[in-house]
Amino acid sequence: MAATYFTEDHEWVRVEDGIATVGITDHAQDQLGDLVFVQLPDVGQSLSKGDAAVVVESVKAASDVYAPLDGEVTEVNEATASDPALVNSSATGDGWLWKMKLSDTDQLTGLLDEAGYKAIIG
Amino acid sequence: MGAEKNLKSLPLDDLHKAAGARFGGFAGWSMPITYPLGVMKEHLHTREKAGLFDISHMQLFDIAGPGTAALLSHICPLDADALATGQSKYTFFLNEQAGILDDLIVTRLGGDHFMVVANAGNAAADEAHLRDVAKGFDCRINALDRVFLAIQGPQAVDVLRVAGVPGTELAFMHGFEPKPGWFMSRSGYTGEDGFEIGLPADDARELVTALLADERVAWVGLAARDSLRLEAGLCLHGHDITPEIDPVDAGLTWAISKPVREKAGFIGAKALLDKITKGAARKRVGLKPDSRQPVRSDSILVDIHGNVVGVVTSGGFGPSAGFPVAMGYVGKDFGPIGTQVFAEVRGNRIALHVHSLPFTPHRYHKG
Repeated sequence: MAATYFTEDHEWVRVEDGIATVGITDHAQDQLGDLVFVQLPDVGQSLSKGDAAVVVESVKAASDVYAPLDGEVTEVNEATASDPALVNSSATGDGWLWKMKLSDTDQLTGLLDEAGYKAIIG
Repeated sequence: MGAEKNLKSLPLDDLHKAAGARFGGFAGWSMPITYPLGVMKEHLHTREKAGLFDISHMQLFDIAGPGTAALLSHICPLDADALATGQSKYTFFLNEQAGILDDLIVTRLGGDHFMVVANAGNAAADEAHLRDVAKGFDCRINALDRVFLAIQGPQAVDVLRVAGVPGTELAFMHGFEPKPGWFMSRSGYTGEDGFEIGLPADDARELVTALLADERVAWVGLAARDSLRLEAGLCLHGHDITPEIDPVDAGLTWAISKPVREKAGFIGAKALLDKITKGAARKRVGLKPDSRQPVRSDSILVDIHGNVVGVVTSGGFGPSAGFPVAMGYVGKDFGPIGTQVFAEVRGNRIALHVHSLPFTPHRYHKG
């Protein structure tokens, strides 16, 4: 049973069996505009909540995507590195960025649900 | 984006809002940055068809009177008298050190009547400078209140022809006044063929409606205007050229004719001539990152040993080039095409090579 969470930094987190899939929200991709570069973390890299895990660059600017939780990277979506526009066209689907094994699932309580996120972006 | 307060709104602001533009602050104006098409498609659309830009933030100065040519030949490194009626010329305001206060296009409309097009960010300073220097000359300066539109791209000329706009016979870098209150030149900031048209707001609304009725025309925002001009190797004042950079270092001495140099009657002449004799201290170059990662303005450039050799002044992604593109200054030894340098970006060292400018060939209509 997968549950989807959100962060104030415009990431979504889908958790299944202790593995979190992370991407940026549709709102975030819309704000960034056409992406031209995605730099993914290394598989096996351990991340602490708040670490800059991914760099996404649009035509005009660079932005960090932060680790929403502690954990270890288990898989990265290479398709986004070879075709950054995938994040624009499918931010919450095929444009996911990385998967991580969570160190502490209790951290999930600190994240937003969809209603909470929608309240933030207005 | 949009952090600047008290921004001025463009006269056609409502049209941009209706078109779904996203706005941001630039040079004191609330400007359309992108439209729903998005920067990438807006850029490519301009190169393939015709992009419509609202550049009303730029300032037109109408200058007339018997002393006008003499004023312009003193305030710019220019022989205004040598311009034929209808001819436009890229030139500058220089300070006494030959630093570039602004880059401009001067068009001779006839006899003692000229039009000067200046950048938005420098409009107030340019006007003060013009009025100050003009004190000794018999002329009157009129800062015009106009909508200023650019239509750029290979289909621009045919779009205007279909819309019944006069002036499509102009050659590149020529301009005239097709109707009362209108100024039109065949010029632009994209590397493509195109036109820039200054006109009263009511006329502009009519023209925009007519142009957008043509399916080859789309609004293009400031973001794509920047990627288009960067691919075309054109300088952005405040980044690639500044009052601390002279035309020699900027590689823009082609804009200053030999007779103008010999006469040396313009502000900054002594410093410029000294600099030409001494040679450039640094060189403005194109820069191509080896990887897909763009390198941004203000990134420091180093050599393989980590010695600072230059700085990036514009950088981003080139949608037509298909790779990241940048422009910057490097020490003379690092000027040759193909020289490797590195940019310090967020703690990483990104490899770049000096690349020829422009990144995409100019397609001007030389007539």
